[in-house]
Amino acid sequence: MSSDLPTVQLGHGGGGSLSHDLIRQLLVPAFGPADGVLHDAAVLPAEAGPLAFSTDAYVVRPLLFPGGDIGSLAVFGTVNDLAMVGASAFALSLSLILEEGLPMATLHQVVASIRLAAQRCAVPVVTGDTKVVERGKGDGIFISTAGIGRVEHGLAIGPAAVRPGDAILVSGDLGRHGVAILAARQELGFRTDLHSDLAPLHEPVQALLEEGLELHCLRDLTRGGLASALHELSAGARLGMLLQETAIPVAAEVEGACELLGLDPLAMANEGRFVLFLPADQAGRALDLLRRFQPAAAIIGTVAGEAVLLQNSLGLRRRLELGQGEQLPRIC
Amino acid sequence: MRSLLAPYRQASTVHRLAEALKREITRPWTVMEVCGGQTHAFLRHGLDQLLPAELSLIHGPGCPVCVTPAASIDLAMALAVRPELILCSYGDMLRVPGSGGRTLLDVRAAGADVRVVASPLDVPLIARSHPGHQVVFFAVGFETTAPATALLADQAWQSKLGNLSLLVCHVRVPPAMEALLTAPECRVQGFLAAGHVCTVMGTDEYEPIAARHRVPIVVTGFEPVDLLDGLLRCVRQLEQGVHRVENAYGRVGSQAGNASARMLIERVFQRVDRQWRGLGSFPASGLCLRPPYDALDAERRFPQTAPTPDRPDSPSSACISGAVLQGLARPTDCTAFRGRCRPEHPLGAPMVSAEGACAAYFRYQGDHHVQ
Repeated sequence: MSSDLPTVQLGHGGGGSLSHDLIRQLLVPAFGPADGVLHDAAVLPAEAGPLAFSTDAYVVRPLLFPGGDIGSLAVFGTVNDLAMVGASAFALSLSLILEEGLPMATLHQVVASIRLAAQRCAVPVVTGDTKVVERGKGDGIFISTAGIGRVEHGLAIGPAAVRPGDAILVSGDLGRHGVAILAARQELGFRTDLHSDLAPLHEPVQALLEEGLELHCLRDLTRGGLASALHELSAGARLGMLLQETAIPVAAEVEGACELLGLDPLAMANEGRFVLFLPADQAGRALDLLRRFQPAAAIIGTVAGEAVLLQNSLGLRRRLELGQGEQLPRIC
Repeated sequence: MRSLLAPYRQASTVHRLAEALKREITRPWTVMEVCGGQTHAFLRHGLDQLLPAELSLIHGPGCPVCVTPAASIDLAMALAVRPELILCSYGDMLRVPGSGGRTLLDVRAAGADVRVVASPLDVPLIARSHPGHQVVFFAVGFETTAPATALLADQAWQSKLGNLSLLVCHVRVPPAMEALLTAPECRVQGFLAAGHVCTVMGTDEYEPIAARHRVPIVVTGFEPVDLLDGLLRCVRQLEQGVHRVENAYGRVGSQAGNASARMLIERVFQRVDRQWRGLGSFPASGLCLRPPYDALDAERRFPQTAPTPDRPDSPSSACISGAVLQGLARPTDCTAFRGRCRPEHPLGAPMVSAEGACAAYFRYQGDHHVQ
């Protein structure tokens, strides 16, 4: 059995018997089809109404981290992108780019995680591909997923729908994923019990939609964190925002790690948090709903002015800092 | 951490100190905060908005990343591209351009093995786990980071780690303060000295400076209460016409500093004249390895590594970073600020580091200041 070999070999992507065995013994049992008959494309039932379509590529080091792994990340990431337009995913594609020499046990673990994550979101993986690159040409596993979702509401959710006076909410506390990954890399000499916040977001979004709330804009807070998302949305909506620094939820462990390393929790990555814009008079209802999923969800500010400003506990305002891409610990 | 810092961020205390400052100041004064960490904290907390109009703050040269000469960065990059070599440094050093505009991040992207360490003591671990490689630590910083570099040098020396060496660019604060005060165009009337430097070095070194140049020097911490308390003490001295060294960071720093850290610095380093980027050369303002530790000097170990600067160590003609680092101009006085010069493509060093004065203005000062 080729998937019993200790490591991935170039032949697993070569189209021969090793590839065949990998697909038959690992991927078809995990994802189907139930009848085992493979074809070049999946045919999906069509319904009336708009569809949402999103794709993303996933690279993360380490592949397995506290609170998740690259597999669950690749599923939830795309499900979450679809959720941000209020769509529920109904089909996923999955492309695996494996590096020669990857322990087969790691691949099994990641595939099992993808399967569990897809089940959790009730979305089938309907098509996929596997390639193997030479040792040194990859970082263990790269994954690309794409997803199709149904849009079953009549709202135009996006930056253009943001209005002056809108309330700004976050769905939970910020920065856990970024700090957990930094610690898991074991390069900065600090340990933490923090887990990534990696989670699917379709359920809270569906709950908000079912409540009949007038959602103006949603954005999942991934790389670059809240700071990056709000700067992008501010530019897209051509509106400013005023945030109350003390209202922004950050766990004490995240704040402590960031304080010591000279990093900004608002620029740290998240993988299970989103920001929500809606009319201020609906903010209380939205908050009650969000808190059923994450008790730390909070109203953090309003849409106002032209710049993205942060008002601190001293009542003083400053621009919200936008990170430069790679968070580098400061010298002193 | 939050509860530890809460008393030093308390709004009522901050506003009380700001009120006292406004009440007690009667004349215009110009005070320099020496350290980039102080500049950063002033702007991050918006404290500059609370200061009385009579008080001008100018931002000092105390950003180690900003003052590291381009030639040293060129040398670090020339070392990093050697295939047998792993270069380690602090994170924000990776973004600083050398003389040709390239950074250690660029050479890393091109294949060099450049690693970020949070502590120099992680470097021996890297050296031990890569016996076939040469590992170089690019050591920058003031007296704050010098003891950790000294400890690394001592460990490497004692354990006879043959594949570890150091590129040392440490600088000292007091000679830079002296140099600023002796410059004919100097406007500084009082200093806020950096608390973390005094935690190591104590306050003794400041006494002759305060006496000779008749300037108050107040040592402060980095939280809003620390900074305003320090400013208030400095302004009180100025108003009274006195010039003492005063420690407003007594909870951490003492007059004697950290005796074992000072001894370690003395044992491992000796003082040398050092070039400061944008400012020129100051006597005895740098530290280099003294014998026998100089056997660990990366420049000696790799003498054939000659960096070839793409152009001389002069910033773009539009850049006024020298004047900014001496407190003669504000970042916003620069015609390139926020236009051609931004953190992602800096023309001068103060825009590079998170602690650089230009970067701090870029990040935190927005339209609300213009209104």
